[in-house]
Amino acid sequence: MKKILEVADLNISFHTFAGEVQAIRGVDFDLYEGETLAIVGESGSGKSVTTKSIMRLLPTGNSEIKKGKILFEDKDIAKASEKQMQKIRGKDISMIFQDPMTSLNPTMTVGKQIMEPLLKHQHLSKSKAKERALHLLELVGIPNPKERLKQYPHQFSGGMRQRVVIAIALACAPKILIADEPTTALDVTIQGQILDLMKDLQKQIETSIIFITHDLGVVANVADRVAVMYGGKIVEIGTVDEIFYNPQHPYTWGLISSMPSLDSKDEELYVIPGTPPDLLHPPKGDAFAPRNHYAMKIDLEEDPPMFKVSDTHFAATWLLHPDAPEVEPPVAVQERMAKFQAKQAASLKGEK
Amino acid sequence: MAELEKLLEVKHLKRHFNAGKPSEVRAVDDITFDIYKGETLGLVGESGCGKSTTGRTIIRLYDATDGEVLYRGESVHGKKSKSELKKFNRKMQMIFQDPYASLNPRMKVSDVIAEGIDIHRLAKSPKERMERVYSLLETVGLNREHANRFPHEFSGGQRQRIGIARALAVEPEFIIADEPISALDVSIQAQVVNLLRKLQKEKGLTYLFIAHDLSMVKYISDRIGVMYFGRLVELAPAEDLYRNPMHPYTQSLLSAIPLPDPDYERTRVRQSYDPDAHKYAQGEEVKMREVAPGHFVNCSKKEFKQFQEKYKK
Repeated sequence: MKKILEVADLNISFHTFAGEVQAIRGVDFDLYEGETLAIVGESGSGKSVTTKSIMRLLPTGNSEIKKGKILFEDKDIAKASEKQMQKIRGKDISMIFQDPMTSLNPTMTVGKQIMEPLLKHQHLSKSKAKERALHLLELVGIPNPKERLKQYPHQFSGGMRQRVVIAIALACAPKILIADEPTTALDVTIQGQILDLMKDLQKQIETSIIFITHDLGVVANVADRVAVMYGGKIVEIGTVDEIFYNPQHPYTWGLISSMPSLDSKDEELYVIPGTPPDLLHPPKGDAFAPRNHYAMKIDLEEDPPMFKVSDTHFAATWLLHPDAPEVEPPVAVQERMAKFQAKQAASLKGEK
Repeated sequence: MAELEKLLEVKHLKRHFNAGKPSEVRAVDDITFDIYKGETLGLVGESGCGKSTTGRTIIRLYDATDGEVLYRGESVHGKKSKSELKKFNRKMQMIFQDPYASLNPRMKVSDVIAEGIDIHRLAKSPKERMERVYSLLETVGLNREHANRFPHEFSGGQRQRIGIARALAVEPEFIIADEPISALDVSIQAQVVNLLRKLQKEKGLTYLFIAHDLSMVKYISDRIGVMYFGRLVELAPAEDLYRNPMHPYTQSLLSAIPLPDPDYERTRVRQSYDPDAHKYAQGEEVKMREVAPGHFVNCSKKEFKQFQEKYKK
């Protein structure tokens, strides 16, 4: 598979009255053609800042990329000029935001808003752009597109608005689509429809998707690969099966076991104690250590590097160091790991 | 379950906004259910289905358009003297969705929590008042040092704990929790849910838990009611509802829950719900009928027979 985006050692800080907030502290990941990479994490873990920096949507006054590269098709767009970025934004890389109620312009018809990127980037004539907008509305599954084109956002329901936002984002057939919690504001039934639509369109226009969410159920549905962020860093990254069935980082364990499954009853929910770290004064060592049942002395001293679990699976925890003691993950995770091993054994047999 | 005592009875409750005008909204349209002492009743449905309006009407934040709410046999609505109202307010409390909006930013945490204590004159001296505040803070997992701070100094999960402490201050029997965890992060949600369950065990509280996160609702509730467009379409014990959903809307809702399990997600079949699919004849009576013990479904007589047969299987 071909790499389309490479983020290397990205460090971003915000300058505030209280001091420097180190929101992103060394993020590395690659995005391949046609895949969906999900980024999960709590609020404040840096998932939105990472993706906004790719689009250069961070506030210009107080944010600063301290270090690192963002290579899009081998060009470092972290250093590109604003003019160059304008050509990329909306054409090669586009974005879907969380709240469809606020990301559309209430004073413009939906048709005009879909035509905007077509006129700007593809220099289509007005009539051609209109035709294309009609086609896009059809594509995202909006009934009577001809009438709907002339309507304003307030005449649409939440789910329909999110479809319009998707139509705008996909207007120029971007190479990368960044979806920042696109279904969080929607109901479960509508959420399902939007996820199906996105997967379907991804196949049609062969785009790569970076999907940000905190809902692990949604991740299991859409992702090929998953990156788990905590305290401004990626702490674990791997294929969706590896993260859900063979997680290695104690934070991932906590996330997975703190969600009730539909069978669990009466036992207490597994809890990650405490609260996320204050990135104004990032803790020494592993940022997760104060909340970690499994923390060792070294976690408080030194930040763990990424340890390799498989060719596609990496995790930053000292537990993977050869000298680390064996620990017992939470019960829910142990069950998942057993399933993973059985699956792997079965696939090995199949190969033989 | 014969020894169960009815704490709250909701009878044909209606709440219409802009009643009589063309813009009339029937947010809650003729719903009937009971809540038993010591149980947790979950209420689920899409946004706009009237679940929050139901909760707010029960606690008299909205007036009922029609129907009644009986708390231990006494009507909650209607004309009431101040002392009667006070009596109800002490027994029923509410926890709100957004812990950022539901705490007064200009009040100290101790005053937020003690407001109910002051109104109901539950503390004889300032010292006793503070003792109560401290013990409440400790009950919900905060420290006594937090009493002198302001709400903005706390994180979302901590604020929700303050909201819970405030509700507990007047020693209520019944708490309406309106999406208490929706605004919180996954790792914090589990903390708050465990706290709510612990308090229920210790103090014998009764909850009405309103939410749209179906897996959390299943976990915390004894019985669950499903709402659709202002009506209750199914009401059943939690386990039973998930195993044998009868109403097509419940089935579609359950089939849409995303689960953190990639294998399940790859094979899931999502069902959609079409309200016209019932094909009710004119004048056909559609109401809540008991398909199995404790399992009620909103259906016509014909459907009722079908559901009963299906249930036997």
